[in-house]
Amino acid sequence: MSLFSRHSHHKVEPASGEPMVWFSGMWLGIGLLMIVTLLGVIVKNGLSIFWPSRVMQVELVDGSAAAIQGSKTVAGEVRKIQEKRLQAEKGGTAREKQLFVGNRDAYGFGFRYIDEADIASITYPEDLILAERVEYGDLVGYPVALKLPKGEVRAEAPDFLDRLSAVIAEGNARRHEIESIEKDQIGKINQRMGALRLSERKAELEGKLTEDLRTEIAADLAELQRRYEILAGKAAALRAEQKAGLFVYRLPTGGEREIAIGDLMQYYHPNRIGFFERAGHFCSEIWHFLTREPREANTEGGVFPAIFGTFVMTLLMSIAVVPFGVIAAIYLREYSKQGPVVRAVRIAVNNLAGVPSIVFGVFGLGFFVYFLGGSIDSLFFPERLPTPTYGTGGILWASLTLALMTVPVVIVSTEEALAAVSRGAREASLAAGASKWQTIQRIVLPASVPGIITGLVLAMARGAGEVAPLMLVGVVKLAPTLPLDTVAPFIHLERKFMHLGFHIYDLGFQSPDSEAAKPMVFATTLLLIGLVVTLNAAAILLREKLRRKYASSAF
Amino acid sequence: MEEIHPTQDSDPMTQPSSTVSSAADAGASDPPARKKDYIQVRDFCFNYTPAVRVLHHITMDIPENEVTAFIGPSGCGKTTLLRNFNRMNDLIDGISHEGTITVNGQDIFDPNLEVISLRKRIGMVFQKSNPFPKSIYENVIYSLRVAGQRNKEILDEVVEESLKGAALWDEVKDRLHQSALGLSGGQMQRLCIARAIANQPHILLMDEPCSALDPIATAKVEELIMELKKQFTVVIVTHNMQQAARISDRTAYFYLGKLIEMDATLKIFNNPVKKETEDYISGRLG
Repeated sequence: MSLFSRHSHHKVEPASGEPMVWFSGMWLGIGLLMIVTLLGVIVKNGLSIFWPSRVMQVELVDGSAAAIQGSKTVAGEVRKIQEKRLQAEKGGTAREKQLFVGNRDAYGFGFRYIDEADIASITYPEDLILAERVEYGDLVGYPVALKLPKGEVRAEAPDFLDRLSAVIAEGNARRHEIESIEKDQIGKINQRMGALRLSERKAELEGKLTEDLRTEIAADLAELQRRYEILAGKAAALRAEQKAGLFVYRLPTGGEREIAIGDLMQYYHPNRIGFFERAGHFCSEIWHFLTREPREANTEGGVFPAIFGTFVMTLLMSIAVVPFGVIAAIYLREYSKQGPVVRAVRIAVNNLAGVPSIVFGVFGLGFFVYFLGGSIDSLFFPERLPTPTYGTGGILWASLTLALMTVPVVIVSTEEALAAVSRGAREASLAAGASKWQTIQRIVLPASVPGIITGLVLAMARGAGEVAPLMLVGVVKLAPTLPLDTVAPFIHLERKFMHLGFHIYDLGFQSPDSEAAKPMVFATTLLLIGLVVTLNAAAILLREKLRRKYASSAF
Repeated sequence: MEEIHPTQDSDPMTQPSSTVSSAADAGASDPPARKKDYIQVRDFCFNYTPAVRVLHHITMDIPENEVTAFIGPSGCGKTTLLRNFNRMNDLIDGISHEGTITVNGQDIFDPNLEVISLRKRIGMVFQKSNPFPKSIYENVIYSLRVAGQRNKEILDEVVEESLKGAALWDEVKDRLHQSALGLSGGQMQRLCIARAIANQPHILLMDEPCSALDPIATAKVEELIMELKKQFTVVIVTHNMQQAARISDRTAYFYLGKLIEMDATLKIFNNPVKKETEDYISGRLG
């Protein structure tokens, strides 16, 4: 007794919880630090590509290995400065700069490493321009002259830059017109010709092809062909016009080159423009990246089709996964008799979430594409065979494959939400004479909506970032058409599509010019993260709104 | 105790009290036939699992238009019996029962009986008020909504009548379309009563309706119960013996799953037959 009291009086218990607070906090801190670092790297690299930095002109010392085609003058944007280990006999390290020198058509490469030791002098010439071209990446050089059909304008002329801007704008307008003719108008004619040929083949398969029908279709085809030729002629004329004017420029390394005006998209003076012009250029570059189609094996241009494809696919997936998961969860939680079988099913569902996604891809290819798609083709589109319609990868099958992959997430979170609805609410409803289904429909489901949306958020986060299964069921490097357009039936679920996740893989590992593609990888990654965050934020906002609506202190 | 004898209100409405007490005195014997619904429990046993029997051979009659109180210590089975009257225990897996319960002469465990129609005739108010996260209006008409009633005039009328019946109309008539979750605890419980009577049930089951309420709200609900028995047959489970004495006409005392004694409230509280009842009422037990 006295021993006990002495203990309790004189010995103070240590505050045993404190060390664990620090320890667990430290791990959280490390996790946060890693995430912030990763995001920082992605944001910095992803955005810096759009910032028009100054172009450095370097005079090299004699005998430098960095000289391009024997010229000691090299100009380019500094992309990277790094330490490099020197050869064994010298020892130590040296700094080198990586310059983006552009003019890939002239040099055969776009980047050059230059030892800082080899640099004799650095200048930032104001006359230097950087121009975006349709092909071969950017042009870096000094304007010399414009050779227009009406005559030549020398760079020394006072109105030279105005003329240059004007002809580039004309060229851009013509390019849009050519695009509109070839993609929209000729595309529509081609589609109607295809449809006519299909109807002929269909009639043939059904044994209804009469001579009258054949001549009618032939006449229609001839009419379409005539219209096609008119449009094709117009496009050819515009193309010729694009090549009529020439822009003459001098490379920083020396030597003059010419480029058709129609191949220039825009230009600016990287060493002359001020901060606000730079910022404006930065914003317009980002806008082009978001809204334009990719060019040159995806290393240039925008990623709009990939954004659109990812968005539509995630949306279709959500539409498919929510009813499926919710109904399955309702059966599991509300109707089935809780016992070993249901427990086994529940464990199986949970484990399904751990199956490698590529397995779902293979399943999707076998079941959705070959079995379901093949059946649809032979039932509804026999005239198109052997060309598959639904019997090949497409956005519908990709969405369903991802829906299948993410359905366990929705089932688990829906089940939890259903289980969390209080017995009081259920009993009140049943006691009022409601049937079980009425209780689920009117009381249990509305109260579970926030939980269901949580499941959807998780499913979208997983689905939108998934690449491996998509490669088997419908993603392509470059899709010629979007899954939504103005041609009936407007939504084309059988079409192949582009996806940001696959785009990252394609740029990073399948690109012919990995240096040129690298910033695009970061930019695309940033965009994919942004898209997932946007979709999640939308779902979370919706959930909070609903939670407030159904919030209940009484349950 | 005499001053608050509760049967005075109901005397004009119900049978002469001599009939009531004779039915209660008779216990297991057949009571005289009545015109309205009432509950007969015959030799009823109830098990949660085959090994756990919580009600042992209960036999009782619950007369119409009276308030019958179930009292007894916690775990004595009074709530379980109450929840059997509208088969709320169906939600629990593994239950079984013996004996019969009839409501208005109809066996409620008859496999041909639609349990939903049974529940429509029996309203229930729970221990913890459980309004739905909907508007006050929607809460009241919930039972009509699930029955498919769409006529706006009827619904409006039912809302007004039920809320007046639950003595809540004056407090909420200006905010019928606001969330029921904004009401106070006492108001919520009266809303639950309004919801329970909206469907014009014959019987109202109340499972400790005042246990979560303060004395003022309790007094309001008790007053309401006294009023409700003019229209409904009320069965109330309560832990509060003063409450049982104040509002009930008949009281049944349960102990360890057995019905020890059931009689007119006055008799139970003043002159119980069984010693266990007297011990409980005088505070020596439970």
